[in-house]
Amino acid sequence: MRENVVIRTVSRLSVPFIQVFALYVIVHGALEAGGGFQGGVVFAASFILMLIAFGRASVRKRLAERWIVIYSALGITIYVGIGLLCLLVGGNFLEYGAIEAFLGIPHLQVYLIDGIEIAIGITVMAVMTSIICDMADKGGESS
Amino acid sequence: MIDHLPALLIAVPFFSALLILLAGWYDRRFCYPISLITILLQFGAAIALLSEVMREGTIRYHLGGWPPPLGIELVIDSFNGYILAIILFLSAATVVYARRSVEKEIDPEKKVSFYVLFQLLVTGLAGMTITGDVFNLYVFLEISSIATYALVASAGRPRSYVAGFNYLVLGSIAAGFILLGIGNLYVATGTLNMAELAVLLPASYDLATVHSAFLFLIIGFSIKTAFFPLHLWLPDAYAEAPSAVTVLISTVMAKVNVYALFRIVFTVFTTAYVVETFPVTGLILFIATVAVIAGAILAIAQSDLKRLLAYSSISQIGYIMFALGVANQLALEGGLLHILGHAVMKGCLFMAAGLIIYRMGTSRLSDLKGVAKTMPISCAAFALAGASMIGIPPTIGFASKYYLVLGAIEAGQWGYAAVFLLGSLLAVGYIWRFIEIAYFGDHHGEDHHPAAAREGPVSMLVPMVGLALLCLFLGVFVEVVIEAVRPAAMLLLGGA
Repeated sequence: MRENVVIRTVSRLSVPFIQVFALYVIVHGALEAGGGFQGGVVFAASFILMLIAFGRASVRKRLAERWIVIYSALGITIYVGIGLLCLLVGGNFLEYGAIEAFLGIPHLQVYLIDGIEIAIGITVMAVMTSIICDMADKGGESS
Repeated sequence: MIDHLPALLIAVPFFSALLILLAGWYDRRFCYPISLITILLQFGAAIALLSEVMREGTIRYHLGGWPPPLGIELVIDSFNGYILAIILFLSAATVVYARRSVEKEIDPEKKVSFYVLFQLLVTGLAGMTITGDVFNLYVFLEISSIATYALVASAGRPRSYVAGFNYLVLGSIAAGFILLGIGNLYVATGTLNMAELAVLLPASYDLATVHSAFLFLIIGFSIKTAFFPLHLWLPDAYAEAPSAVTVLISTVMAKVNVYALFRIVFTVFTTAYVVETFPVTGLILFIATVAVIAGAILAIAQSDLKRLLAYSSISQIGYIMFALGVANQLALEGGLLHILGHAVMKGCLFMAAGLIIYRMGTSRLSDLKGVAKTMPISCAAFALAGASMIGIPPTIGFASKYYLVLGAIEAGQWGYAAVFLLGSLLAVGYIWRFIEIAYFGDHHGEDHHPAAAREGPVSMLVPMVGLALLCLFLGVFVEVVIEAVRPAAMLLLGGA
């Protein structure tokens, strides 16, 4: 690929902002428009931008295949973990209020919803990135 | 503990699908045991739930503690409790069967993703069965469908990629129809909960929105169940998938889609709608009869064992849809019995076909002459399940067809009942084709057969023989099954 200073510089500058915005969308999911899925997609978009601007190797270096697998499992683990925790303290699956009542910490419910959103965000980010990386890998080999 | 089983039945297997991925990345040998244990646990949970429902009545579980109009609820009643037990029983049988078959047919590199998809498919189908929310139903439908598209293609032959892709296109069209139908229902009533829909819909029965929703849903699910003119994806998908996947999708997935159709027609729209407001039962009855005959004739014309069985499935789906068309107590009991019966016998037949492919390396009928000499157990199981498919007493196939015909006669549909018996005669035709070749086929020396041709491995024989014997036992003790099916049929017709 031909070096393009403008594309690389702009991408390098915007990636951190995209990622911060993604985090913003994720943690605002509980209160207003946004959420884990949307935030996860935005976060993955930053990796897609890096993939386009710097090539596959650069993304692979920052987010190796094994970490993608670990992240996608980690998100689900947190999600199911919080869900099952609710069962342990006597609520229904994902009934956050039960944990709040059990531990007696005010507003814990809100933090737990944030936890769920972050979990979804991690998994969505990992899976989206892995789809794009797989497509880039396979496409590169065949052409 | 039992209170939370509905949520655990879905949440734990999803987690274990991820666990398979992680464990498989560490060592591929861990994948199979995790899958086996999870599906056995799910089966145990399904049995516990079914007995609880039989004792105490319908179980309702509110996810997140949100009551129905707002939240998603999981509902288990006598109808889907019965279906849940059937599908998880067959999934358990399939996963036992799958180990050796997968070792032979799947690239070792792909084994991890195979078991992850397998687990996701079973979980998605269990989710479709117990959800009480139409949109949730769609989400689980997509989970199971996407897993199936990949599993069909996982055999890795060029033709299986084509079959998987065709299924992907038709399945996505079906899913689009279903989503449009659900959207229309939401527009008309403002709710997605099935129980709420059943209460709110009668007020808007005259709206075109509701009629179109009904048509979208019926057509969508008819594609998914491969109801006769919409069956085009089925023969390729069944014939080209790896054996274990064929067993799973032909028994478990086909049944869950039929369940979803029955659920939508009878619980959400009620019999009053399909019989009086928007009379389609006559049309369904007609198409179902055509499906029975056409499927059987196409099956007779096949030259490949798996393809023959695939067309036979199209014919058998016709029998189940026949129950929907007649829509009285006896016919529905017959239809529900046939859901169980067809799952057991078609599972057994496809397992036998898989074993033959495992040893002979082919399923072309012309290459299978005299196969009964080398594989006597598989051929005997095939013959027993085949007898059930034809409907020879005292097998389960006889019992279900008997109830279906009684139902048709009670509804005054003599003509259909007669055509229906013709379908059974045609079934003799396609089952006999294999039996004749296997037992009486000329066997020109040993050169046809690979040196390794002998009876298959024990872990594949046991589930197959178990299902074959089950065809017989369920037929002999059919009264027990009818006891379980009667409340379900009453529930569908709007009774207690």
